[in-house]
Amino acid sequence: MALYSETVMDHFRNPRNVGVIENADGVGEVGNAKCGDIMKIYLKIENDTIADVKFETFGCGSAIASSSMATEMIKGKPVSEAMKLTNKAVAEALDGLPAHKLHCSVLAEEAIKAALQDYYEKNGIPYDKTQFPDCAHCGHCEK
Amino acid sequence: MRIYADNAATTKMSRTAVEAMLPYLSQIYGNPSSLHSAGQEAAQALFAARQTVAEQLGCEARELTFTSGGSEADNMALVSAAMLGARKGKKHIISTAFEHHAVLHTLARLEKQGFEVTLLDVHENGLVTAQDVEQALRPDTCLVSVMYANNEIGTIQPIAQIGALCRERGVLFHTDAVQAAGHLPINVAEQNIDLLSLSAHKFHGPKGVGALYARRGIALTNLIEGGAQERGKRAGTENIPGIVSMAAALQEACAGMEKNAAYVTALRDRLIEGLSKIPHGALNGDRTHRLPGNVSFCFEGIEGESLLLLLDDKGICASSGSACTSGSLDPSHVLLAIGRPHEVAHGSLRLTLCEENTAEEVDEIIRAVTETVEYLRGFSPVWRDLQSGKRDYILK
Repeated sequence: MALYSETVMDHFRNPRNVGVIENADGVGEVGNAKCGDIMKIYLKIENDTIADVKFETFGCGSAIASSSMATEMIKGKPVSEAMKLTNKAVAEALDGLPAHKLHCSVLAEEAIKAALQDYYEKNGIPYDKTQFPDCAHCGHCEK
Repeated sequence: MRIYADNAATTKMSRTAVEAMLPYLSQIYGNPSSLHSAGQEAAQALFAARQTVAEQLGCEARELTFTSGGSEADNMALVSAAMLGARKGKKHIISTAFEHHAVLHTLARLEKQGFEVTLLDVHENGLVTAQDVEQALRPDTCLVSVMYANNEIGTIQPIAQIGALCRERGVLFHTDAVQAAGHLPINVAEQNIDLLSLSAHKFHGPKGVGALYARRGIALTNLIEGGAQERGKRAGTENIPGIVSMAAALQEACAGMEKNAAYVTALRDRLIEGLSKIPHGALNGDRTHRLPGNVSFCFEGIEGESLLLLLDDKGICASSGSACTSGSLDPSHVLLAIGRPHEVAHGSLRLTLCEENTAEEVDEIIRAVTETVEYLRGFSPVWRDLQSGKRDYILK
């Protein structure tokens, strides 16, 4: 049995939305190099919609695939909908992740939320801070 | 086409090893404990195999116990030596921080049982010295266990010197020679080794079989109780096909050792030279005191598992000490032991060659690794920060 689903391998081999958006409306970076994964998400937001999204990831196969899938899931969607993206939805869209890789989908959700928070902050848009848990909460980096 | 460069994980069985095994699967299938002729044919094969292995190690046949592999041999060696020590009130054990888990986890269990364990720090070049061991020796030290060659970074430890020191001090010396057997010269008498573990599948023999050498007079502690096999020290019907095949494989490996080492070392050096051209990467472990086939690198700004998966797509089988490949949060304890920081250790790659690899394959590996590292760095936020100066390079 392979470690990863076909969908994970497809997104890992052919990651969608790789790259950088210059002058992005929101940028979020989560994880740390010590733990072995960092995700950075760049958002272009027009008319309250995710007009474009790019990512950069340092990490394992599932980290790259999770970033790719998460960006696909929010591209073209209203900001309010992007805010609702869950790690569970990302993992499901990837046809599952091995148990010890689930934190990769958590990082993807958090990277997107961090980018949205950055967008709200930059534009002085009021928002509910409780919607943005600190990335450290998952405990992955705790030892 | 597939390029297999993970020979430290396991090797392909040699034709000699396969052919040696075959008759014992269907023709000579008796139980060596049976008195009838079918059993005695098997007993004869077991006797001959033990003799053959003993000749390769420079020991007596009766000093060998066949096991299920290297891990069992390591477990048995450490537990036995600890029990002997405890009887004399000596409950201190010295080992190193970068042993195989078969050793480290057994030591952790002994610690829970009241033994005190000193794990020596490993120098940056992946070596420990006899002086390091000497400084750690105490009057109550009952055992020193230092691996012959490290499984991840391939560094060869000065075991003959450590053995001589231990002999002089009257302390038992065990060496985990799983990566060394069949690749590096072993003579337990000359190297002052009291206990030695080996595993057949690391030298083109079968999986599931290994051996423990224990110098005459060292009483072993059973891990498996039952019948009187292996002089009553290891119960269970002997794995005759495996043992016969292991003996043939070891004999072949030892006979061809010099020739193979020269050939594989040249391939290794070609690979090291090629990979050294990748910027901000570094060889792990000493450049020359290393196994003929071992190449271990860290590349900054990337993570090892994604590198492995992409290399596999290109037909190259390799290994990594990144946390993501181990299923734990921490990268390899070996890379941490030689002082690689976590963020660098995550980007490790181990390629281990054998005499079946070719220079063409090595060149293909160099091309593929260079290309893949560059590709992954292309969308790594860590690499971006390194390049922009926001983060300092660790590997210059």
